[in-house]
Formats: sequence, C-alpha cells, structure tokens
Amino acid sequence: MTTVASDLHAKPSWRSARSAIMTGLMVAAVGAVALPLVAVLWAVIERGASVAFASFPDFFTSEIPVISRRAGPGMGPAIVGTFLVTGGATLLSVPLGILGAIYLNEYGGTRKLARAVRFMATVMTGVPSIVMGLFIYIMWTMRFGYSAFGGALALAALMLPVVIGSTEQMLRLVPSHLREASYALGATKSRTIIAIVLPAAAPGIVSGCLLAVARAAGETAPLLFAVGAATAYNPSLFDEANTSLSLQIFGNATSSFAAAQDRAWGAAFTLVLLTFLVTFIARVVTARFSRMR
Amino acid sequence: MTADDSHDDIPVQRAAPRIGHRGSGDPQVAIDTPVVFDLEDVAVYYGAFRAVRGVAMKVLKNQITALIGPSGCGKTTLLRAFNRMHDVIPGARVTGKLQYHGIDLYGPQVSATEVRRRIGMVFQKPNPFPKSIYDNVAFGPRVNGTKNKIELDAIVEKSLRAAALWDEVKDRLGSSALGMSGGQQQRLCIARTIAVEPEVVLMDEPCSALDPIATARIEELMRELKSRFTIVIVTHNMQQAARVSDRTAFFTAELDSANDRRTGILVEYDVTQKIFSNPSDERTENYITGRFG
Amino acid sequence: MQLSELHARSQHADRAFRVLAVVAATTVLVVLALITVTMSKRAWPVLEHMGLDFFTSSRWSAPEGIYGALPFIFGTLFTATIALALAVPVSLGVALFITQVAPPWLKKPMVYLLDLLAVVPSVVFGLWGVLVLSQHFGLGRSFLTAGIILAVMITPIITSLSREVIETTPQTDKEAALALGATRWEMIGASVLPHSKGGLVGAVMLGLGRALGETIAAALVIGSALGQITLDPYASGNSMPAVIANEFGESDGMHKSALIALAVTLFVITIIVNLVATAIVQRSMRRSRGT
Repeated sequence: MTTVASDLHAKPSWRSARSAIMTGLMVAAVGAVALPLVAVLWAVIERGASVAFASFPDFFTSEIPVISRRAGPGMGPAIVGTFLVTGGATLLSVPLGILGAIYLNEYGGTRKLARAVRFMATVMTGVPSIVMGLFIYIMWTMRFGYSAFGGALALAALMLPVVIGSTEQMLRLVPSHLREASYALGATKSRTIIAIVLPAAAPGIVSGCLLAVARAAGETAPLLFAVGAATAYNPSLFDEANTSLSLQIFGNATSSFAAAQDRAWGAAFTLVLLTFLVTFIARVVTARFSRMR
Repeated sequence: MTADDSHDDIPVQRAAPRIGHRGSGDPQVAIDTPVVFDLEDVAVYYGAFRAVRGVAMKVLKNQITALIGPSGCGKTTLLRAFNRMHDVIPGARVTGKLQYHGIDLYGPQVSATEVRRRIGMVFQKPNPFPKSIYDNVAFGPRVNGTKNKIELDAIVEKSLRAAALWDEVKDRLGSSALGMSGGQQQRLCIARTIAVEPEVVLMDEPCSALDPIATARIEELMRELKSRFTIVIVTHNMQQAARVSDRTAFFTAELDSANDRRTGILVEYDVTQKIFSNPSDERTENYITGRFG
Repeated sequence: MQLSELHARSQHADRAFRVLAVVAATTVLVVLALITVTMSKRAWPVLEHMGLDFFTSSRWSAPEGIYGALPFIFGTLFTATIALALAVPVSLGVALFITQVAPPWLKKPMVYLLDLLAVVPSVVFGLWGVLVLSQHFGLGRSFLTAGIILAVMITPIITSLSREVIETTPQTDKEAALALGATRWEMIGASVLPHSKGGLVGAVMLGLGRALGETIAAALVIGSALGQITLDPYASGNSMPAVIANEFGESDGMHKSALIALAVTLFVITIIVNLVATAIVQRSMRRSRGT
C-alpha cells in the first residue's frame, strides 16, 4: 500500500516544471499589463492633480491663457467644449443607433437590408478616427466653419456603429416570450417594442451607450479639423471655434513650456476622471441589470 | 366598443352544427351552442415544412376544449394559429379554412392585433413582464385605449379577483411581478389575459412549469372561468384533459408523404368522456391506455 | 360578430415607427457611402498627379509638389508590427491567466482593470509617452516608443476578445486532457489553443486594425521625421495617421489632396484587416457553438 500511495505523490519532472514556468509567464503578462496602467495613472494623478487642484476651483473655471508659456490655470472652456461636443454626439448617435438596432433585431432579422447594415456597421467600427475627422472636415467644416457641432458630428459617426452593435446584442437578450405575451394582449409591434422590449433591455442599452460616450469623450483625432482652437468660453454648439480637453492635451503635450505641459497634465487628469466616472456609472447600471435577472 | 357588447352581437348559430369528428352523439351540449372556431382542412407551415395538416373541428362557446397528443403532434402549433401568433414567426403560414364566428381569421382585412384582443393566450412558461403586478394586468387595457386611472384600478382588481390572486397580492400591487412564485406568476398571466375581456382564452400547457398544488389551483380557476370565456387548452397531461375539459381533440404525428417528415394530424375529436372511456380510433385508445407516446 | 370589428383600427403609428427604424438603420449605409465618395473624389487629384508613385516613392515634399507616401505606409506597418510583437504574447498570457489560472474572485477585478485600460483616452497615453516614456527611459521619439504606446492601447482589445474565444472551449475537452494526466500547460496546448486558434488570430487582427488607425498617440511620440525607411526601432519616423494629424491643418490644394489620399489608403488597409478579422472571429465562434 505504501508504495502505491507514494506513487501518487507529485514528482519533480520537466512536464510539471514547464507547466509552472508557463503559469509564471502568465502572471508576468498580468504584471506587464498592470505596469503601464499604473504608470500612466500615477503620472496623471501625480502631475495632474496638483495642477488641477491648485487654488481650487480656478483650473476648472478659468479661461485658457492665450499665451501658452504663461503659467496658471485653467481649462474651463475645454471642459465646457468637451461636454458640448460629447453631449451633441450622444444626442445624435444614441437615438439613431437605438432605432437602427431596433430595425436590425425586431424587423430586419436576416433580410438583405439588415444583413447589409450589420456588415457595414462592422466596417464603420473599423474606420480610423482620423479618417472620420477628414470626412467631417470635407462635409461640414469646409462649408460651415469650426464649431463644437462639427466635432459632435465626427464623434457621432464613430459612436453610431458601436451603439447599434451593443444595443442589438441587448435586444437579442430580451426573451421572445415577453414579446409574445404582449402580442397576445393585442398590442401592436411598435407598442410592444416601446413598452416591453426597450424597458426590458434598458439597463444594458444604457450601459453600452455610456461606454461609447466614455470612449468618445477622450477622442482627439476626429476633433482636430472640426472644432478649432478657442481659448475663451464658447457655450454655443453651432457658432465659432470651440475646444476640448483632448485637443488641449494634444496641443500642449509637445510644447516646450513647462506651464503648457502642466496644463496638459491637469487636462489629462480631468479627462481621465470624467471617462472613469462615466465607465463607473455604466458598471453600476450593468450590475443592477444582472441582479434584476 | 366595449368587450361586453361583442358578446351580445354574436349571431347565435341556429343550424345544429355537426359536432365530433366521427359524428358521435353529444348529450352534454345543447343543440344550439354557438360555434366559436370552425376549422376545415387547416394546415400550418414553417417555411416548406408542414407541421400539422388536415385539421377539421369546431370549438364551442363556453366550453373547455383540450388538445392532447404526443410531442411533435402539432397541438401547440395549431393553438397558435387560433390567434395568429404565427404572424410573428418569419416563414410561418396557415392554410385552409379557419373561421372565427364565421369570419375568416386570415382574411385580407383582418388585423392580427384585433384578433388577439379577442382571443387571448396564456403561455407554457409564466411570462410576466418585468414590471409591477399592477402594470402587468393594466398593460392590455392600456394598449387597448383605457387611460382612466379609476377604470384601470377597477379592471386590475376585477381581473386579479377572477384569477384568484387578489387576496395574495392586493397589498403589493406595486412590487415586481418577478418576485412571485411560479404558480402566482401564471395566475397573474391569466389575470393579464382576461383583463382585456377576450372571448376566448388559449392556454398552451399552462401548468407544465408548475407543481401539483399550483396546478390544481389553475385547473379550478379554469372551471370558474368557463362561464365567461371559451377556453382552448393544450396539455401534455391526459389526466388534466380528463379533469377539466368538455371536449378533447387527440392529435398524433404521422409520416407525411409530401415531404417524408412526420406531421401532426387530428385523429379524433369528441366529448371528453367518450374519448377517455370509449374512443372510436385505435390510435387514440393506444395513447390513452399508455401503449403509445 | 361583424367583420369590421376585426379590422385594424390604426396602423399608421405602427408603420411610421417601422419606417423610422429603417431610416435610422440606413444611416450607416449613407454615411459609409458618403465617406467613400467624397474622400475618393478629393484624393483623386494627387493620384492623377503622382500615379502609382504615390505608393512607391519615398519622397514627400509639399513645397516641391512631390508626394510619395511610402515612408508613412512603412512607418504605420512597422510601428503596428512592434505593437503586435509586444501586445500579442502579453494579451494571450493575460487571457489564459484569467480563464485558466485565476481563482474566481480574481477574475472580475482583472476584467475591470482591462476595461479601465481600454477607456484611458489615447491622447493621455500620448502625453505620457512624449513627456515620460520618451524622456525618462531614453527611448526618444521613435518607432519603438510609438510601438510601445500602441501595444499598451491594443492589449485590452486583444485580451478581451481572446478571453471570449478561449471561454468557448468546452469543459469536456479540457477534462479529457486532464483525465489523461496532462498538466495545466499541456491541457492548454492540447485542448484550449487548438480549439481557439481561429478566434485568436481574428482577435490579433482586430488589434492590428486598431493599431494601424491609431492617430494621436503615434503623432505625439513617433518623431515626425520625413522620409525615414529604416528597421532601426530607435529611429524617428512617421505614420500615415500621424502625418495627417500634423500636416492637414496647414495644407491646401494638392497637399490636402495628398493627405486625403493617405487617409483613403489607411481606410482601405484597416477595413480589409478588420473584415478579415471579423470573418475569422465569427467563423470560429460559430464553429465552437456547433451551428
């Protein structure tokens, strides 16, 4: 008996060692991912928070210095611009995207048009953001000049396929027996979609849209040739050049002036805070969704 | 129009209908009981596949008609043809004569939503909407135009009472229907269905997901509802058919020479008592006595 | 019962809603068609002017009216290759760790961490790259710096897709290997990797698509040197999106056309990569579901 028992003990062998080594490499890979994330977040917090919170709330409210080597706050107009551009893009893309997804999942199914739209939405997800920027430049900026709305258009075009994709997935999760129950009560198709299907999928749709918003808020390339470079507050969506946090980071990052670099870090801190906040809200919504099921 | 006068308007069929597939006598039913559904040579297709064929039967008012038979015999498929639930499945179609009070249900001007308003359905798995108990019951009346809160309150209470659920839920009408037990959920679905005052209630194995006690309550409920509604029930459970129904239709699946696949056919339709004590067809007898299926 | 009672009361609202949904869905087709038409129209002058030299010449000089995009095409492919070389092993390792090694309580935080990494704006990575990585680690603004930043940015995408693919490996396949006495690594090699091969290739290609099109971070750290075609990773160079971002603002006429032609080239390359990737992922997912 003892020999049999000892036969079952783990023996050091090349096979088990190799397995352990590979597991070790996997752990190292996790470290390799965590490292840049921690490094970037640390840099943003260390360099950005001190700038952003120096003589609070000046950084968040003051206008951007016209002369970039001048020290001091702030990023107020860029924050307003980011909200205008992202908000405008959300208002454009979310209703359109949800309706499009409703078509795909509730009406289109495997029809030719639905398959074409689904395919093209995949294509559109892959359009590089700089290409979308040039497209909006040609379509909008060349005619109407710089404005927050141009940026909103560019971001909306990037968000649209994302919203369609995530919403369609959520609609597909709504069990068909809920639709049938509604039909069996004499509800029309549109009534069923609006009163039963959408509410049932709402948390998932909201969370998907929020993630799209978080991504869009940090986009820079599509705004480069659409929004312009204002330094003063411009609360108008349609008139005159505007600015955004991402544009300010891009513009100040390559500056050789310490003051400008500081503002870039402060803006980066603000932008990361905003995107994380939106992501966090999306997470909370998702968590409540899964609890409801 | 309200639901009540729809019942009064029905022209009573004076000519004695020939009831029963094989012309059996029918001592339990008055000779002038109105015919609700009149089927001749009905078939249902899913694409090219004929799921059930050649069905001829008459469903009588204020009776419980049970559809029984082994799996795949097309009884659920046929049931869904009664209120045009197949309309929502791409490729599904119904052929033959399927009349509701003498009107072709699949006639060109007949609206599926109007049909389903009068012919409600209770599904196999309880499928309450992810809404409050109140909103579940009020959904049907609302989509059919009732907006007045007092009226809705009255309908909700009346329907829940009729479904023998009022006393259990009257204090938590605002809480989610998903928090109820399976049996309660199914009774809620019945309340939801009768809240629109249909003439016919179709039930697709309403007890298959329930325990014996909950099943007994639903069966009791069906007997009570019989005086107000015409009920057609699909059931796997022969004892249930014997216990609750007035008439029973036995279906089976047989090889269809048209496409070499098994399709459902109606074998025998008669007074329940006769089907279970003295069936005319050998296949029925085999099934009833457990030699088949 | 009158027949008229079964007539539809009003189908206008129902039909209007359907039309609305169709129109919304069609927007996607319209936008893509507009992109294709307007961009190619604007790119045409330079292609007429330069001919195929646009893709093969390595000289790009706006004042002289010479536009050879080869260095930028090279720069884009080179940085993307560096990014893939760094990101693929790391992403695979993390995906395998999350799916095969990590205890259940650790999975959620890990996925959450990757999600965070995915939402950090690219311009913030660029800022960190230009002010920290290139200055304090002696990398300078170079292909390598751009490759590293791109690698960090595409890792979350490749990881999360790989994870999804790997998780479709049937438990029975894994148990079959373990029941034969395989170690964890042998089990991964015998059942997980063969099962997910196609999907993993697709995941990597989707990462590549993202790396090719990433603009801002590359524009900040690649160095914006003209005409460099070299395999020295420490050299400064340029990539297609970076050139567009840096030069478009001050361009006009033929120069603008050349930059738009560059955008069209980039568009075509990324779309081909993305479509092939999507097809591979979808096919392998379908196969693993057995439909």
